[in-house]
Amino acid sequence: MSPLLWGGLFGLLSGTAIALAALFGVWWERKVSGRMQMRFGPQQAGPAGLLQTLADTIKLVLKEDVTPAAADARIFRMAPLLVFAPVALSLLVVPLVTGWAPLDSGVGVLLFLAVPSVSVLGVLLGGWSSANTYGTLGGLRGAAQMVSYEIPRTLSVLALVVVAGTMRPSALMGAWRLWWLPLFAVAFVVYLISSIAELNRGPFDLPEADSELVAGYFVDYTGIRWAIFMMAEYGGMLACSLFGAAMFLGGTNGLPGLLGALVLLVKAVAIVTVIIWVKWSFPRFRQDQLMRLAWKVLTPIALVQLLVAGAVAVVWLR
Amino acid sequence: MTARSGESSLEYLQRKLCSVYPDLCPLFSIEFADGVLMVPRSVLHKAAEDLKEIGFERFGFVTAVDHGDDFELVYRLQSGTFGVGLFLKTEVPRCEAVMESLTDLWPAAGWQEREVYDMFGIEFRDHPDLRRILLPEDWVGYPLRKDYKDDSVIPRPDYI
Amino acid sequence: MPVEVESKRPVIDELGREVDELVVNIGPSHPSTHGVCRIIAHLDGEIVVKAEPVIGYLHRGIEKMAENRTYLQVVPLTDRLDYVGSMYANWAYCRAVERLADIRVPERAEYIRVIVCELQRIASHMMGVGASGADTGAATVFIYAFEVRERIVELFEELCGARLTYNYVRPGGVSADLPDGWIERCREVVRWAPDRLLELDRLFFGNYIAAERMKGIGVLSQSDAIAWGASGPTARASGVTFDIRKNDPYSVYPRIDFRVPVGENGDCFDRGRVKVLEAIESCRIVDQALEQIQPGPVAAEGLPRLLRPRAGDAYDHIESARGSLGVYLVSDGSPRPFRMHVRSPAFCNLQLLGLLARGHTVSDLVVILGSLDPVFGEVDR
Repeated sequence: MSPLLWGGLFGLLSGTAIALAALFGVWWERKVSGRMQMRFGPQQAGPAGLLQTLADTIKLVLKEDVTPAAADARIFRMAPLLVFAPVALSLLVVPLVTGWAPLDSGVGVLLFLAVPSVSVLGVLLGGWSSANTYGTLGGLRGAAQMVSYEIPRTLSVLALVVVAGTMRPSALMGAWRLWWLPLFAVAFVVYLISSIAELNRGPFDLPEADSELVAGYFVDYTGIRWAIFMMAEYGGMLACSLFGAAMFLGGTNGLPGLLGALVLLVKAVAIVTVIIWVKWSFPRFRQDQLMRLAWKVLTPIALVQLLVAGAVAVVWLR
Repeated sequence: MTARSGESSLEYLQRKLCSVYPDLCPLFSIEFADGVLMVPRSVLHKAAEDLKEIGFERFGFVTAVDHGDDFELVYRLQSGTFGVGLFLKTEVPRCEAVMESLTDLWPAAGWQEREVYDMFGIEFRDHPDLRRILLPEDWVGYPLRKDYKDDSVIPRPDYI
Repeated sequence: MPVEVESKRPVIDELGREVDELVVNIGPSHPSTHGVCRIIAHLDGEIVVKAEPVIGYLHRGIEKMAENRTYLQVVPLTDRLDYVGSMYANWAYCRAVERLADIRVPERAEYIRVIVCELQRIASHMMGVGASGADTGAATVFIYAFEVRERIVELFEELCGARLTYNYVRPGGVSADLPDGWIERCREVVRWAPDRLLELDRLFFGNYIAAERMKGIGVLSQSDAIAWGASGPTARASGVTFDIRKNDPYSVYPRIDFRVPVGENGDCFDRGRVKVLEAIESCRIVDQALEQIQPGPVAAEGLPRLLRPRAGDAYDHIESARGSLGVYLVSDGSPRPFRMHVRSPAFCNLQLLGLLARGHTVSDLVVILGSLDPVFGEVDR
């Protein structure tokens, strides 16, 4: 099959997966947060309100697509895609079944960590091109935050790579042993925190900070373009949960086929639930506190973890 | 000097005021259980300064009442020492509605004086930022004056 | 095409450096302006160089409207002042009228007023604390706070049929006696509430991020609090022990045992915390008042439908949830007030925003605004 066809097929699958993940994710978040706040969440559209997000999506698609007069129109229209595409791409390298990933590359881990960083461009450009002071501030905040949190995130995953001795995600998942859990517990926490920050979700949702910047970098977006930003957020949540479950929590546990995939999915949903839980319990950080956390707390911890992992790899495994 | 037994806070205040500032004494009266110090416009700032000196550390509010030919400016000062409030009043002629600002004594007076300016058109000299506050900058007239009229004011039929 | 942000212009700071100052217009329609406040914020990066509140978007001219209504007709207008705590404005106005017309209020009515106003204090503080939570991004705090508020609002609904603008306290008493079983239901609420308030306290003020966000932010010194006319929790958080309920006691407060919580640092954290502690104290006050209340009339006897007070003026103030709320009334002997002025604590406290926000980040600006707890019905009148 020609690479173009492959690409198109994967693009379609990945896009559909993200759309479904967003549909489910939004519903799940509303349900979980509803329970946390002594209310029900959506319950009218479909069984248990499952179709609520679908109805919202239809509404969003039908809404007028507005480009502000002062905005830099081409960049403004392109920015949502710049945020969305890297997230969709990063999903490709996640091993879904034992021993298989859609794109099982030898540098898959690197790809997963590097590709979503391109989203920074979309956030920055989206905020800047709206010619709105809230947008500008949100975009700048987002850029600083996403670049900073990449470092602890990468370092925490690197610890795994050192012990496993491979960067191929499916091989890494296969190499998982139960004693990895206590060894990499700290790395997992660092990974989770910095992933939440990468996703601009609470308590790190400063770029969109609804109480200060209204919606930050996507304040001027409407309809489907706004929905693409949202889908990127939920797609990113899915990607980082799946990847985290596959790398840190044993993924499919070597179970074959769909059974393994189901185990992986359950773990991922558990991580998603934790992310939602954190968002709805905690207040938001301030910009300087956010940076302090990344550089003065998470990065040193991740470095120590890397050191420990290196020692284990050298002393014990050789 | 402390309050004598059986003496109300207001009487104590009156005694204290008369002993420290004899010139303010004749201007002080007790009306309906409230201390009132009615002073001429020229000495109001000085009187406020004196009152702040003897313990009226809080600025309550300032407002005006339109009595036709002149406005009555009403300041309310609050004292923790005496445990009472006090009215400081003065008359400002309508034709020359100017008053000295008290913002140098209490920064709290800033917005309140702006409001009086906004609603009555009384100017406060030496106010750091005398602009309209509640109404838009381009509003014409001073709504709380009794002779204020505009298109949206509908006179209420006097059915009482 | 490069984007020209029009409001961007070079500014020279005190040290002679050229800084890029970005003017951000916050509001009047903004999620955390607590109504319709507009703030013109001059930013250097994220740091607020100058924040200037622009108010008046909710100005309805209530003081002017009052001049055209009879004394009784003004009561519903006062509901619209502080719409989060309508009972206070009702009461302050009624006290001024009672002083002017020399009306004696029956004791039961005074007790009912104390009960509803202390309940109102809890409800209003829950709004304030919940909104502070929402401002810092903790949406769940808002809902927890509203659970308590909701129970109280339900009690009010039973009492007077309204949930927001009660029109309950009237010159000479209150509009209606307590319904059957209300005292028991109210007691149940005020005995249940302290636990919920402590839980809220742990959820929000016990949170590391919330403490980081609010401690040392927007510090108001004790002397500034007095000089700038701050009152209520805003002043008490700075260590000013001024509470009209204690310092100029009115109604039946002298017969009730309660403490006035006072903060130490005068920062946003203390301003929020004092509100929760005050709400817990209010539960105690209501509990005692419910014990002490005796049967009797709830409105002054023989009051004419049309009040014609003596010519003269009167001022009375009460401790509202936001501070010293006073009403100044001038009468010319006619059935309508000649002039009504409201000494609004929210107005005076909001004045502090520019002072407190300077040097903090734009994220802190909304937290500081939230901690001052302005209600724009009262600020703009």
